[in-house]
Amino acid sequence: MSFEIIASSFQHKDIEQSQLRRTLKCGAIGGGTVVALCVFGLINQFMERWIIENLLSLAHAAFIGITLTVGALIAIRSPKLSPAARIFQGFLVGMVSGVFLSILILIMATFDIRNMFVSLSPKLLMFLSYGFDPYTACAVTIIVGGVLGLIGAAIRESPPWLRKPLITGLATAFFIGLFAELLQLAMQYETVDPIRDYMFTWEGQTLTGAITMFVLGFVLSLFWVMRGKQVMANHRAKSHASQRSIRYFLYAIAIVLFLLFPMAAGSFFGQVLMLVGLYVLMGMGLNLEVGLAGLLDLGFVAFFATGAYTIALFTADNEHLILLIDRPLTWWEALPLAMFASLMMGLAFGIPVLKVRGDYLAVATMGLGEIIRVVVLSDMASPLLGGSQGLLHIPRPWIGDFELNDPIHLFYLTLISSIIAAYFAWALENSRLGRAWMAIREDEDVGQALGINLVNVKLLAYGLGAWFAGLAGAIFAVMLGSIFPHSFQLLISINILALIIVGGIGSLPGVVVGALMLIGTPELLREFGEYRFLAYGFVLIVMMRVKPLGLWPSAVRKRELAAAAEAEAQMRATSGQKA
Amino acid sequence: MTTGQTLLKTNALTKRFGGLVAIDALDLDVKERSIHSIIGPNGAGKTTVFNCIMNFFPIEGGEIRLSEERIDNMTPDRVAFRGVGRTYQNIRLFKNMSSIENILVGMHMHLKSRWWGAVLRSRHSRADEKKAVEEATRLLQYVGLRGKGDVLARNLPYGDQRKLEIARALAMKPKLLMLDEPTAGMNPSESLEMVGFIRGLRDQLGITILLIEHHMPVVMGMSDTVTVLDHGTKISEGPPDHVKRDKKVIEAYLGQSGVGHMA
Repeated sequence: MSFEIIASSFQHKDIEQSQLRRTLKCGAIGGGTVVALCVFGLINQFMERWIIENLLSLAHAAFIGITLTVGALIAIRSPKLSPAARIFQGFLVGMVSGVFLSILILIMATFDIRNMFVSLSPKLLMFLSYGFDPYTACAVTIIVGGVLGLIGAAIRESPPWLRKPLITGLATAFFIGLFAELLQLAMQYETVDPIRDYMFTWEGQTLTGAITMFVLGFVLSLFWVMRGKQVMANHRAKSHASQRSIRYFLYAIAIVLFLLFPMAAGSFFGQVLMLVGLYVLMGMGLNLEVGLAGLLDLGFVAFFATGAYTIALFTADNEHLILLIDRPLTWWEALPLAMFASLMMGLAFGIPVLKVRGDYLAVATMGLGEIIRVVVLSDMASPLLGGSQGLLHIPRPWIGDFELNDPIHLFYLTLISSIIAAYFAWALENSRLGRAWMAIREDEDVGQALGINLVNVKLLAYGLGAWFAGLAGAIFAVMLGSIFPHSFQLLISINILALIIVGGIGSLPGVVVGALMLIGTPELLREFGEYRFLAYGFVLIVMMRVKPLGLWPSAVRKRELAAAAEAEAQMRATSGQKA
Repeated sequence: MTTGQTLLKTNALTKRFGGLVAIDALDLDVKERSIHSIIGPNGAGKTTVFNCIMNFFPIEGGEIRLSEERIDNMTPDRVAFRGVGRTYQNIRLFKNMSSIENILVGMHMHLKSRWWGAVLRSRHSRADEKKAVEEATRLLQYVGLRGKGDVLARNLPYGDQRKLEIARALAMKPKLLMLDEPTAGMNPSESLEMVGFIRGLRDQLGITILLIEHHMPVVMGMSDTVTVLDHGTKISEGPPDHVKRDKKVIEAYLGQSGVGHMA
């Protein structure tokens, strides 16, 4: 009971934090972010990228977006104030952000600190000061910041029927603008030419296009906000059978669109999707290990490499070729060998770490994964595996007379494999083995005392997980046509683990969402070069703070979360009564 | 009643943690179809005895036999396979799994389904699974958790968690069931209910019970044999009435000065 009183007193204090402090804090978040973007040089890059051609660059959009967000943030964080006061707080916060940027402008105008911060160039100064002299620029920055903060808070305070469509509209226009180039690449058909010319130029989105997109997003969202409930109610009022048929119809449309999209979108998209697909496939495999059995594995890339190298050794026409029959095997013939080799590697991998648990396991597997790479690189193995020169000339797979030589073809191959892997995971989850995995994830000792043979079930987790990684490796080998030890870095293992966590541990849709997020998005933003990894790290941190269970948590995790929230609410209620 | 054959036997069982002797040359003789209790003050090494029998850690000396077969060199899963099931003092359910899943894990070693069967949805595997779920449902009902199969173990009330843990152990179809303080945290009427339930396990299912318990009424009310441990050594053993009057026992529980009062 005393604990509850202490806990509730903390909550009390939290609410009573002074308004001034809160305002400064939110302002500092916004201002700090903006200044950081400048100092790291992101703004320099963003300046070059038009969201709306010759009108609004990504740099502008970033400033505006951040200030709007902190304006909205202070409105959310000041629940005790009146709406008008909250909007005014938004103004103040925006000004505070502006002050941060002003200080940067003044410093840049007064001192030359380019030898320390390369990015703080005269060009950036020009951009930040709009060509005004520094003092006028500061005043303008602060006032514009205030107005933007005010707008942000006002949007937040406006009723949902206005707020949601506004945000949706802005977001639609922004993302269409951001990916203008890719979308144009995907629209290389005569039939869509007029739309393309209306929406885009090669520099970016046109103003008319942006307005159209905004209106489109706004109207659709408005319709949903106004009529969505009724639509859903109507839907629910229908009989079960017709509900189901509607659902299947929608699924079917979604699937067809999804299947056709890569073909329509051109080979760049195909390549990105193919890569995402490979990671999904590996994610599904690792998900068996980490998600179900709770075996943290940072050496997963070794299985991937095994699959790729096996394919190369049996199919590639070079001096490392291993002949089982009098000709090189085809990809299809070598595929079972590759998967089997990976499976064996999984078992071999699992045995030494059987008794290692938790974090220690992660480190041990990381070591094993690195050993594999180093061995391949070594002089000892190079006569067989080609050392750092790698293995070249891996032929593409054929189906009859049809060569799968386009990334899109391979994408479909990955897609089918991923679906099989997902089915495996789904079927196993509710089986004797799946339950045993979950049991040892929860409590290894108790599981063993219930008669679960730890050696068997752990090795099965490693083996089956490795199996899918081997399949992914086999596809990877033909995608590149040649493989090198450098392709199998530790970073791949980390990426796969990260995408599982970001998507939601143990969740199959989560693997897909995570792969799109962590593998797909960086590929699409390739032109930002190194900065995408900065963003990558940033997104990971934010994700883990905001959605610790992942973007699409598994049902079990959701239940856990709900239970925890309930318990907390209950505790609050009781402590409230006592206070 | 305790004239049956010996089911579990330990000879000079010794377990040390570093310099601390947790169990010192303990001889236990648990008869088939009996209810055998181990009591003793806190830290006497009672739970350690369970952990040794389950072979959660290696023992330093002596031997453990189940129906004449040595089990002290087996891994816990093989001990379980020989027919030893247990519960834990601080309930150790699979908290994020549902009640029925917990029981299904308990049935793990009796299920025949293999992973490829599950993936291919073979007839055999589906039949096996169906039968397992039916049996698990029956077990839930048996321990009084009817209709709570889909509730996450963590969301069950305390008493139900105890029952579920026993159900999970029963799903193993054990010959010997080791219960570690099954009535801990229960009020007298609940304890009484538990006593009836444990007796039922022995009388109806023919399971031998080895029990650690603190509630003296529970122990004295249902045990056939009571073993008293203190500092890892057996200080008394016999039927409840005998143990109750043993001076050494009273001393261990109440200290020297208590002896006079009890007598």
